[in-house]
Amino acid sequence: MKRLWRRISEPIIESCIRLSGLAVVIFVFLIFLFLLRDSLSLFRHYPLGQFLLGRKWLPISDPPQFGVIPLLLGSVYVTFWAVLICVPLGVGSAMFIAEVAPKAIKNVLKSFVEILAAIPSVVLGFLGIIWLGPVLRDTFHLSTGMCGLTGSLLLAFMALPTIISISEDALTGVPRTYREAAYGLGATHWQTLWRVILPSASSGIVAAVMLGIGRVVGETMVVLMVTGNAPVIPTSILQPLRTLTATIAGEMGETVGGSEHYYALFAVGLVLFVITFIINFIADLFLRRARK
Amino acid sequence: MNEARLRQNIAFTVLGAVTLLIVIPILLVILYVAINGAGAITWSFLTEAPRNGMKAGGIFPAIVGTILLVIGTMLFSLPLGVLSAIYLVEYASDNLFTRMIKLSVVNLSGIPSIVYGLFGFTAFVLVLRFGTSILAGSLTLAIMSLPVIITASKEALESVPFTYREISLSLGATRWQTVRYCVLPYAIPGILTGTVLSLSRAAGETAPILFTVAAFYLPRLPRGAFDQVMALPYHLYVISTQVPNIPLSLSFATALVLIAIVFLMNLVSVILRAHYRKKRLW
Amino acid sequence: MVNEPIVQTFDLNCYFGSVHALKNVNIEIARNEILGIIGPANSGKTTFLRAINRLNYLQRTYSQTGEILLGGRDIRKINDNLLRKKVGIIFALPQVLPISIFDNVAYGPKVHGTTNKETLSRIVEEALKKAYLWEEVKDRLKDPAVRLSGGQQQRLCIARTLAVEPEVILYDEPCSGLDPISTAKVEDAMQQLKADYTQILVTNNTKQASRVSERCAFFLMGELVEIGPTHDLFTHPGDTRTDDYITGRFG
Repeated sequence: MKRLWRRISEPIIESCIRLSGLAVVIFVFLIFLFLLRDSLSLFRHYPLGQFLLGRKWLPISDPPQFGVIPLLLGSVYVTFWAVLICVPLGVGSAMFIAEVAPKAIKNVLKSFVEILAAIPSVVLGFLGIIWLGPVLRDTFHLSTGMCGLTGSLLLAFMALPTIISISEDALTGVPRTYREAAYGLGATHWQTLWRVILPSASSGIVAAVMLGIGRVVGETMVVLMVTGNAPVIPTSILQPLRTLTATIAGEMGETVGGSEHYYALFAVGLVLFVITFIINFIADLFLRRARK
Repeated sequence: MNEARLRQNIAFTVLGAVTLLIVIPILLVILYVAINGAGAITWSFLTEAPRNGMKAGGIFPAIVGTILLVIGTMLFSLPLGVLSAIYLVEYASDNLFTRMIKLSVVNLSGIPSIVYGLFGFTAFVLVLRFGTSILAGSLTLAIMSLPVIITASKEALESVPFTYREISLSLGATRWQTVRYCVLPYAIPGILTGTVLSLSRAAGETAPILFTVAAFYLPRLPRGAFDQVMALPYHLYVISTQVPNIPLSLSFATALVLIAIVFLMNLVSVILRAHYRKKRLW
Repeated sequence: MVNEPIVQTFDLNCYFGSVHALKNVNIEIARNEILGIIGPANSGKTTFLRAINRLNYLQRTYSQTGEILLGGRDIRKINDNLLRKKVGIIFALPQVLPISIFDNVAYGPKVHGTTNKETLSRIVEEALKKAYLWEEVKDRLKDPAVRLSGGQQQRLCIARTLAVEPEVILYDEPCSGLDPISTAKVEDAMQQLKADYTQILVTNNTKQASRVSERCAFFLMGELVEIGPTHDLFTHPGDTRTDDYITGRFG
């Protein structure tokens, strides 16, 4: 009897396992499909070219304009400045943690990085409103602290754990033989680090940076809360602006299901999906190269 | 001191300073929230419902909501994630399909949280007609958590020595029996650690629940899976941006409670990891 | 060639990717004999062994052509789980599961459906006795198996294989990690098991092969060079390559 049960239950369990393997592929597909479906509803009436190249995002004007360029540039500005700050800081600390810090301190530092990774984005957004925004407003004599720079600084802070941990992995993954060869030739620790270890870990570090960029581009709550509410083409990082992510989060509540505005937000989501897909794909390529 | 040495000392000092530049703000952030928020954390704050349009009272429903969402997320993401990992490690062969699965995992982990929110809204709230509900929110968060659970489970399964499988198969056990008796039990610590970590992130997420479950002012507790619910991250978002004249200490207290819950879960994950590393059998 | 062959191979060729590990092996193994397989490293001995219970398929690059028959039946037509129950294997390094001694031996019967506690106890005791391990562990069956010495662990592996009542037992250099006393105990066990089981012993120790086996096969670079009664093979081998290996001109 028991043997019969086993003969039936095992193939069922194994089918479940195989289906589960399929599940992730299905989900990616479904997400893309749903985004595409509702985006296409927009493009039935609103020209794709005007969406992709339009310079005005005015969803509630009459007629509404859904140009994605201001949002795209908003994301680009914020990402650019965030990356400018967090890459040197991140890679630098990764180098310190991996190579310089003594073992006891290394673990403490890694714990700190983990703590940072655990802070929810909404809390950082809150702190941006309460503290960082006013500080920047006073420092730069702006009319409002809710600007792109506030967002960039907080985003840089948030992306650090990603960059640090992956870079650190890449650095510690460099084979010992490389180091020993360098020391054998009389190089100092720093020279070895700068000339041998860093270059050989470069694929992993590039992957880390790309994943950090992906994290920044995809972040929603921080930018929603602190970068202001101005979907216009930014001319300076010290101005309020709007990213792709914040637009969806901020305007979705105001749309009516089935309206053009509603579909336009899905189109923005599709753009986001494609951008992060590409970034992640490239990052994965570099990670594979690093593993060899 | 020769020149190379000097250069090294300068370089390492710079690197150290850079690291400090990162570590100090982390400390400051935690302290800032803790100091400003601790004052408002009273027993009644934690156990009462909000009153007066959020300007007074407690955040109990939001705490409950967050806990319910975490449980819901776990119920959906854990089995699916572990089974997917089992497939990848124990059953999949080296072909294009397997590469596609691995690529999909990487992709899922990179999708912005707001896009998950859009998907969750369309798929669960609209198409499946769950409405804005704990169910829709949990499902959305579950899909978001899948990559982390799959990756952690994969690592846990791969770390079990290959010889265990060889022994089991050579005695005539089936593949599933081998997984169930000789692999899975020893992978559970790693799976557990990864799951708790992934859930701690789900607890702090706002964007996926914006359109799928979160309600702002819902003083009563939910009665079922199809109810809306308050949640701490969403709560903090709304009181920071949309409620004027709220006592600042309440906002800080909410942030503190959220951080505390997330950190507690993180801590549990770290403790589990350390505990099982000591008890490792190989 | 042999009366009542229990294992036969016909034109067996084994490949790992593009590496041709075994070439055209035709062999017959008699019931209840102890067949020794000798040869230098990488000659295909282990590949041959593991082809009989299809363990080679655990390597994803493996493929094979030709037939293997067990008791006259093509093993491809036998369910893998049943096949490995009938053809047990002892690996080179003792590998035990991180569970108790009792549970290690009981694992096989359990996965094949035996759950009754008394039946299992009986099976475990019999298996441990046949493997010459019972006296040493009978008072501590619940102890973790990893605490046993190397020689004891290897006999435990024999016991767990015996517990599923195989017809054929494969040994893949079982004494390579053991001291001489443990080796002797394992060889004693093999002699006792001869009455009920067919045994195939791969060894790179020619002295062991001459002690234990009745017939011997010499493999070189994937080919079965020569097979015959052990005494004859060692005293006047038919092929010069066999002679060279045995006398130690290469190893």
